[in-house]
Amino acid sequence: MAHSQDAPMATPLADRHAALGARMVEFAGWMMPLQYTGILEEHRAVRSRAGLFDLSHMGEIFVEGPEAADGLGLALTSNPGALKVGRAQYSMICFPDGGILDDLIVYRLADQRFMIVANASNSAAVSDALTARLAGLKLVLDDRSLATALVAIQGPRAAAIIGPLTDVDLTALRHYAIAEGTVAGVPALVARTGYTGEDGFEVFVEIGAGAVVWDALMAAGKAEGIVPVGLGARDTLRLEAGMPLYGNELGPDSTPFEAGLGRVVAFTKEGDFVGRAALAKAADEPRKRLVGLAVRGRGIARHGYEVFRGDRRTGIVTSGTLSPTLGDPIAMAYVAPSDAEPGTILEVAIRDQRVPAEVVALPFYKRPS
Amino acid sequence: MVPQDLRYTKEHEWVRVVGDMATVGITDYAAEQLGDIVFVELPEIGRAVVQATAIGVIESVKAVSDLFAPIGGEVVESNSELSTQPELVNSDPFGKGWMLRVKVDDADQVGGLLDAAAYEALIAEA
Repeated sequence: MAHSQDAPMATPLADRHAALGARMVEFAGWMMPLQYTGILEEHRAVRSRAGLFDLSHMGEIFVEGPEAADGLGLALTSNPGALKVGRAQYSMICFPDGGILDDLIVYRLADQRFMIVANASNSAAVSDALTARLAGLKLVLDDRSLATALVAIQGPRAAAIIGPLTDVDLTALRHYAIAEGTVAGVPALVARTGYTGEDGFEVFVEIGAGAVVWDALMAAGKAEGIVPVGLGARDTLRLEAGMPLYGNELGPDSTPFEAGLGRVVAFTKEGDFVGRAALAKAADEPRKRLVGLAVRGRGIARHGYEVFRGDRRTGIVTSGTLSPTLGDPIAMAYVAPSDAEPGTILEVAIRDQRVPAEVVALPFYKRPS
Repeated sequence: MVPQDLRYTKEHEWVRVVGDMATVGITDYAAEQLGDIVFVELPEIGRAVVQATAIGVIESVKAVSDLFAPIGGEVVESNSELSTQPELVNSDPFGKGWMLRVKVDDADQVGGLLDAAAYEALIAEA
C-alpha cells in the first residue's frame, strides 16, 4: 500500500469516467470506476459484445539487459528465459517461505527486454523486491507504473473493434502474445491478454496518450455495442473465469500450489530462485486447496464466510457472487485438502444459516470456442 | 426521485400508511447505492416486527445490506415476486419493488419518520 498515506491518485482517464457518470471508489491508492450503468449490464456486455476497461492503476515494470532473463528466473517462480520474444507467461513472485507476494504477467518484448505487469496494490512492493533481488546484475529496472496508461478491450467483438485502429497483425497475435505497434496513431504495446475469460487485448501507452486510445476505442466500438466496464464487473468476470484475485485467493499465507496454480513454478529451470526450497515442500504438502463452490441455496457466499463439512470447519470463502452468466451463486474457497474433491457437499455459513455448496471444477465459465 | 406522499427512514426505507396498514420498501436512492439486487430475504407472514430492528436482508452483486423495519407491527404480506424478480427493486422501488405489508400496532410511530423534504435533505448531504 505504497500510497495509502496520500490522497488517492487519479488515472489519466478520470475526466472520462466523470463524464460517463461512473461511481468511483478508492482502490489500491487510486480513484477507480466501480460501475457505470450497473455490474450486471457491464458483465453481460463483455460476455456478448465488448467492454472497455481503464486499468491504468496497474504496475508496469521494465527489465532490460544481458542478465534480464536469468535475473528474472532468480526473482520469480516461472522461467522467463524460456519465453519466446513476443510471448507472455503467467507468473508469481514469492517470499522465501513460499507465500505469494504477487501474481504477474511477464512479457518478453525482446531477447533482453521484459515487461512485468503487477497488481496495483502490490506494484511498489514488487518493484522493491525486484530491485533487491536483481541488484548487481547487468540489467536496468525501470518502474514505469506511473508513466503508463493501460486500456483493455475484452469480449467477442474486441478484435473486430480494435483491428481497424492498429497496425498490429491481430491474426498473428495469439493468446498470451504481445506486439509493438500503434493504436489510434499512438505508439503502443498490444497484448492479447486479459482478466475476463474472453478474447481481448490490453493496450499499454504513455500516460498522456491514454485518453486518445480510450476515445478511439469507444468511438470505434459504438456500432458493436461497446460499454465502459468498472471494477465491479471486472471482479464478477474474473470470478466466473476462475481467475484468482490477490488479497482474496492469493496472498502471503498461500502458496501457488494451494491456489491450484503450481504450473507457475518452474522447478525444471536451472539454478536457485527465491522460495524454491519452501515451494518444493509446499508442492507435496498443501495445507489447503482452492476450490470452486456451486452454492445450492439462496444468498451469496461472500469473502470471509466460513465453510463446513458437517460440523467440522474446513475453510473460508475467498470470493463469491451471483454468477451473471449462470444465474446461480458461485464462490471460491480454501478448504482442507481432504474436502477438495469435486462433488463433495460442503456448507457455507451465510449469516445464521448453513447453505449447501458443492465443490466443482474451475472455471465456472469457459467461453465458447 | 422522492415521492411526496411517503414517509422515510434514515436507513432509506419508505412507508406508505393507509389506515392501520403500512406498505414498506426501500428508496430509489438505496437501490441505486446497492446496485443490481439479486436476493431479497423477507420476514415470514405473521411475524411481529419492532420498529428500527433488522428484519430482512438485501443482497446486491457487490454488497449485502439489512432491511430495517420502518414501523412496528405484524407482517401480513410480503412481495413474493421478489423471490424470482429481485431486480424489480432496482427498476421500480416505489412500485412493483415493494417488500412488505405490515399491520401497524401503534400509529404514533409514523410521527417519528421523515417526511419527503427531510429525506431529500438527508440524501442531498450523502
